[in-house]
Amino acid sequence: MANPIIEVEDLHKRFGQTQALAGVSLSVEPGTVLGLLGPNGAGKTTTVRVLATLLKPDSGRATVAGYDVLTQADEVRTVIGLTGQYAAVDEKLTGHENLWMVGRLLGMNKAQAHQRADELLERFRLSDAGDRQVRTYSGGMRRRVDLAVSLVGRPSVLFLDEPTTGLDPVSRFEMWDVTRELLADGTTVLLTTQYLEEADELADRIVVIDKGAVIAEGTADELKDRTGGRTLEVTLRHAADVDAALAAITPSVGAEAVRVDRELHQLSVPVEQDTRRAAGIVAQLTDAGIEIDDFSLQRPSLDDVFVALTGHVADDGSDETDDAASGSGRRYRGPLPGGTDELLEHEKEPKR
Amino acid sequence: MTTTSSPTATTTLEYRRPRGLVAMFHDGAIATWRNLVQLPRTPELVLFTLIQPVMFVLLFTYVFGGSIGQSLPPGLSYAQFLIPGIMVQTIVFGTSQTSVGLADDLQKGLVDRFRSLPIARSAVLTGRIAADTVRLSMVAVVLVLVGYVVGFRFEGGWFWGLAMIVGAVAFGFAMSWIMALIGLSVRDPETASTAGFVWLFPLTFVSSVFVPVYSMPGWLQPIARNNPVTLTANLLRELAIIGRPAGGTVLPVVLWIVGITAVFGPLAVSKYRRV
Repeated sequence: MANPIIEVEDLHKRFGQTQALAGVSLSVEPGTVLGLLGPNGAGKTTTVRVLATLLKPDSGRATVAGYDVLTQADEVRTVIGLTGQYAAVDEKLTGHENLWMVGRLLGMNKAQAHQRADELLERFRLSDAGDRQVRTYSGGMRRRVDLAVSLVGRPSVLFLDEPTTGLDPVSRFEMWDVTRELLADGTTVLLTTQYLEEADELADRIVVIDKGAVIAEGTADELKDRTGGRTLEVTLRHAADVDAALAAITPSVGAEAVRVDRELHQLSVPVEQDTRRAAGIVAQLTDAGIEIDDFSLQRPSLDDVFVALTGHVADDGSDETDDAASGSGRRYRGPLPGGTDELLEHEKEPKR
Repeated sequence: MTTTSSPTATTTLEYRRPRGLVAMFHDGAIATWRNLVQLPRTPELVLFTLIQPVMFVLLFTYVFGGSIGQSLPPGLSYAQFLIPGIMVQTIVFGTSQTSVGLADDLQKGLVDRFRSLPIARSAVLTGRIAADTVRLSMVAVVLVLVGYVVGFRFEGGWFWGLAMIVGAVAFGFAMSWIMALIGLSVRDPETASTAGFVWLFPLTFVSSVFVPVYSMPGWLQPIARNNPVTLTANLLRELAIIGRPAGGTVLPVVLWIVGITAVFGPLAVSKYRRV
C-alpha cells in the first residue's frame, strides 16, 4: 500500500468555550475518497481548514503530500484545491473570469489561462453560462463553477467541504457525477458531508467524527457490520398469509422481534450476523406452505450506524453550530440563488 | 510551480509562478484587475463614484453658494472655495467602500479562496487598496470636470491642478488603510458600511470643506482648524487657486498622510494575517 497522501495526527483546536477538535487523527491513501462524516459542529470544516492551511491548530500535526501544513504551507497550497460549503467565487465576475483569474494567479500566461478556463467550463457543462456573471447562476451552477475554480491548478488533493449542502436533489446528483469523474483522474478527495447517503455513494473509506473526535472508521460496509444487526425481510405473495406466517415463525424468534407491514405483506426479523438463522426462518415459512415472493438480508443504513455510534440522530439542522465551532462566522449565510435552496437545506434527503 | 498533467487533461500547460517581490506585484495586479472590472457592474459604486459628487457640487453651489459665498474673502468665488473641499470630502467618503469590499470578501469566503492558493499573502489587501485608489482618482477627475461647469478654474495652471488631484488621492489612499482595518475587524458588509461611514460626518463637516472655519463657534474652531481634512482642503485650495503652495501647508498634510499609512497600514496587514 502506498504512503498516505494526507496524514493527520491528534489535532486539537479550541475556539473560546468550544473544543472544535479534540484529537482528530486520520489518513488518506492516494487516489481514494475519504468521507469525513458528522453532524454540524462535529469539527469537519475545522479539520479541512487546518489541512487547507487556513487555520492553525492548537496542537497536533498534519501533512498533505508530505508537506507539513504549518511549516510548509506554501508547498501545501501548490498541491491542494478547496471547495467550500458556500461558493467562494466572485459573484460579479463571469464564470470564465473567475477561472481565468485563478489561472493567472497560479502563473499561467493569458492564453493558457483562457484555454484552461474554457476547458473547465466545458467539462462542468457551463460553457453557455461562461460569459455571464456568477450572481446570475443557480445554486447548482455556482457549486460547479466553484469546484472548477478549485481545479484550475490540477490539484492532486481536493477538499470538498459539504459540496452538496443546500442543493436540490438534481443538482446533488450532478455534483456526485462530477466528483466521480474526478476520481477517475486519480485525484485524492477528502469529502466532508453530513449526508450519510453521500458518504455511502462517493467515499472509499469513511471517518465518522462527533464533538471533535473520531468515533469510527472504515468502509461503509464495515461500519454497517459494526452495528451488528442485519435484518431478514420477507415479502409474502398473499396478504392473507401474514397471520399464518407469524404463527409459523413466532415460536422460534419471539413475537416482539417481528415487524409486520400488512400493506406490503412484509415481515422483518432481526437476525444479527446469523445467516443460518435467516435461512431457517425462510425454511419454516416454506414448510408451512406459505408462498414467498422475495426475501433479502438487509444491512443497516448509515443512518442506523450513526445513531448506534453517537447515540443521536445525524442532525441536518441549522448551520450555526458548525460555524461557531469552526470560528468562521464570516461564511456566507445569505440566500442562495434559486430561492428554494435554503428550504431544501433543512430537508432530509429521502432515502433511496 | 510546474504542473503535471492529469490523465484526462486535454492540454499540458507548463507554467511557473513568479517569486518574491515580483509575485507580490503580479498577484496584487491581478487582484486589482478583479476589483476594477467589477466597478461598472456595481451600481452603488457607480453612484458613489460619479453621481454623488456631481449632485453635491450642484446642490452646494446653487443652494448654499449664495449665503456662504458672502462670508468668503472678496474675490474668492464659492465654486473656487467649494471644489477642493468637496474633493476631499467625496474622496474620504469614497474610502468607506474599502471596508465594505473587504468585509464582503471575507464573508463570502473569497479571502479563504485566495489564502488557499499558493500566491502572495498580500494580494487581497493590495489589490483592494490599489483598485480603490484608481476609483478615487476617477472621483477627483469627475469633480474637476463638474467644477469647470459651475465656474471653478485651475488658476495656477494645470501642473498645480494635477498636484491638487494627487494630493487628494494620496489622502484617500491613507484613509483607505483605516477603512481596511475596519472592514477586516467587523467582517460583515452591513456593519462595515455603518462603521466605515458614521464617523466621516463629523470628520468632514467640522472642517473647512463647506464653510470657512472662522464662521464656526469659537470652541469649535481649534478642532476644525487642526482637522486633517481642513489641512488637506486648504492645501488643495492653494494648489488650485494660487498654484505653488504658500508655505507651511504642505508638511502637515504629508505628515498626516505618512502617519496614517504608517500606523494603519501595518495594523490592517497584521489583522489580515490573523483573519
